[in-house]
Amino acid sequence: MSGDEAIPAGRLAENVVHFVRVLRAAGLPVGPDRVLDALQAAEVAGVRRRDDLHAALASVLVDRHDQLELFDQAFRIFWKDPALLDRVLQLMLPHAPAPPDQRRRDNRRLSEALAPRSQEPREPKREKEIEVDARLTFTDQEVLRKMDFESMSAAELARAQRAVARMQLPLRPIPTRRTAPDPRGRHVDLGATLRASARSGGMVIPLRRRSPRTRPPALVVLCDISGSMSRYSRMFLQFLHAAVNERTHCHVLLFGTRLTNVTPQMRSRDPDVALRRVSEQVQDWAGGTRIGACLREFNLRWSRRLLGQGAVVLLVTDGLDRDAGAGLEREIDRLHKSCRRLIWLNPLLRYAGFEARAAGVRALLPHVDEFRPVHSLESFEQLAQALASPASRQRRAAG
Amino acid sequence: MTEAASAVASIDQSQDLLRSQSYVADRRLSTVVYLALRMGRPLFLEGEAGVGKTEIAKVLAGGLDRPLVRLQCYEGLDVAQAAYEWNYPRQMLEIRLAEAAGEHDRERLGHDIFSEQFLIERPLLRALRGGPSGPPVLLIDELDRADEPFEAYLLEVLSDFQLSIPELGTIRAEEPPIVVITSNRTREIHDAVKRRCLYHWVDYPDAARELEIVSLKAPRAASALSREVVAFVQALREGDYFKLPGIAETIDWANALVALDKLSLDPDTVNDTLGVLLKYQDDLARLQGSEARRILDQVRADLAAEGG
Repeated sequence: MSGDEAIPAGRLAENVVHFVRVLRAAGLPVGPDRVLDALQAAEVAGVRRRDDLHAALASVLVDRHDQLELFDQAFRIFWKDPALLDRVLQLMLPHAPAPPDQRRRDNRRLSEALAPRSQEPREPKREKEIEVDARLTFTDQEVLRKMDFESMSAAELARAQRAVARMQLPLRPIPTRRTAPDPRGRHVDLGATLRASARSGGMVIPLRRRSPRTRPPALVVLCDISGSMSRYSRMFLQFLHAAVNERTHCHVLLFGTRLTNVTPQMRSRDPDVALRRVSEQVQDWAGGTRIGACLREFNLRWSRRLLGQGAVVLLVTDGLDRDAGAGLEREIDRLHKSCRRLIWLNPLLRYAGFEARAAGVRALLPHVDEFRPVHSLESFEQLAQALASPASRQRRAAG
Repeated sequence: MTEAASAVASIDQSQDLLRSQSYVADRRLSTVVYLALRMGRPLFLEGEAGVGKTEIAKVLAGGLDRPLVRLQCYEGLDVAQAAYEWNYPRQMLEIRLAEAAGEHDRERLGHDIFSEQFLIERPLLRALRGGPSGPPVLLIDELDRADEPFEAYLLEVLSDFQLSIPELGTIRAEEPPIVVITSNRTREIHDAVKRRCLYHWVDYPDAARELEIVSLKAPRAASALSREVVAFVQALREGDYFKLPGIAETIDWANALVALDKLSLDPDTVNDTLGVLLKYQDDLARLQGSEARRILDQVRADLAAEGG
């Protein structure tokens, strides 16, 4: 692009600022401080080559691998499309300042073109309404057709938070390699001892001790949102929202026929906003279940990123699988081997004479560390209780 | 402008610098390296294992003739291991000696034992202080293995290139070191750290670049063999395996085949040496036998089509 060199530096700055605004509108978390960095990077790298400018801006404006695709797309359109570029250049021409409203219109048009994600969630409505697989509904005929979450009342919210706060998952804290001061600790803290001793002028040397600190293990929740589970979806999601916001290390992935990581959406403080964003993100509400395929995707794409720090996996599903357990056993085995502890919560066992008859259930059972059937589940308290009670029936891989 | 920046005055020069140390970088990486040198910002490299992230720091140190200071991260890494530590046994001894000499001036004793001579340098402090041959290249390797408290500690070092020692004061780098941080993404690094750095995702190379790398790093492999090896690995990366082979594995494989005196790939050799490429039993079981043969046939057909 030979025209670029003709643009004075001041125009480049405006272009970059404009580009950053477009990115922000498209959903990249680009703070105002990045604008200055981007300007500096663009200036240092120069605008003689398009790929250099691309690399320079990307190094400053992107800080996760998954943002790259959106960035590339935005960059392609913004810095290449001749019509758009012309318009942008015209905007920048000193003798013909564009009226401010046209500028805004451009900006919006660009951001719409650059934000395919925000439009995606509108499509799945079709999918939500249909595909109620009667075979899979088990004893439960009621299926939520529209994932139109009612607002959460203040009382409900308080109850959810109380339940989560009270809930003690049956997880032993993991000792870390960090230590904390502890008068009865095993290790002598030489630094603290010496400082204490210097305080008294070296006359006495009071021993200071430390002991290893512990931390709760990270929690990864894989929650089934298929038709047969939909009765509990809302409650689970609200519960998980409270869990994500209470615990520092908690990731939530939802699955039906496909796997979606909704942790970023769940991080919204307000539960209603969070659930609305989740429902926009997920495309397979109340459909069928492909547990095996979803677990495989988790193993391939997420397990190394989420299970690294000794994470405990909580699998919430009824084990009713459309693929009739095909390939499920291998994947659950793999998952079991890569996490610290695998807990299966089965909420659909509402009668006592449960037998592992469904193929999916039979495949899952031998590979979980803990199996928690819940016979009745109507409230947060019951859910918390089900998770917190000591393991009722333990099954090991050997059994 | 720092000395390092003046040595590398353009993106082309940064590419040449990397190339002079037998590192084949794409234009994108050269640009980011150039920016990091010019803007004096840490370089944050993320990518799968074995794509040459750590190597970049070594190459920069070699090319710019700077010492390399390496900090390998692990869980529980603390200030005493990463930045500095007081030599407590010697301090204790000093107190006893002072006592024996009848010294009871508290102020002075405190001042004496927390002085430079009792301070043990660890990588971060060493990098900030620099040496006779200029500020070093500081490699903070596999930051995702360290825990979050350590990341928080790094913030001061990365943004201001200074380090606070309560007993001694703040130590500031006269000329900031060149910082390279790598992560395998076994967890997400906090945004606050990334914000202070230039981010680059190191991807698997395309076939042409990988071939160039193999011919540089495994020069004894016949060119026909190198081509087959690269094409085979590239085909493997199309499949969904738990761990895809990185460039390091490709180079290892080429070297292994040279050691076996092979001039081209055949199904038996591939089967026998797959352990160099794939490190998961599931992956190996999937590929062994017919699948390996299928990929090999396809690779051969593609190469023949290219050649003809």
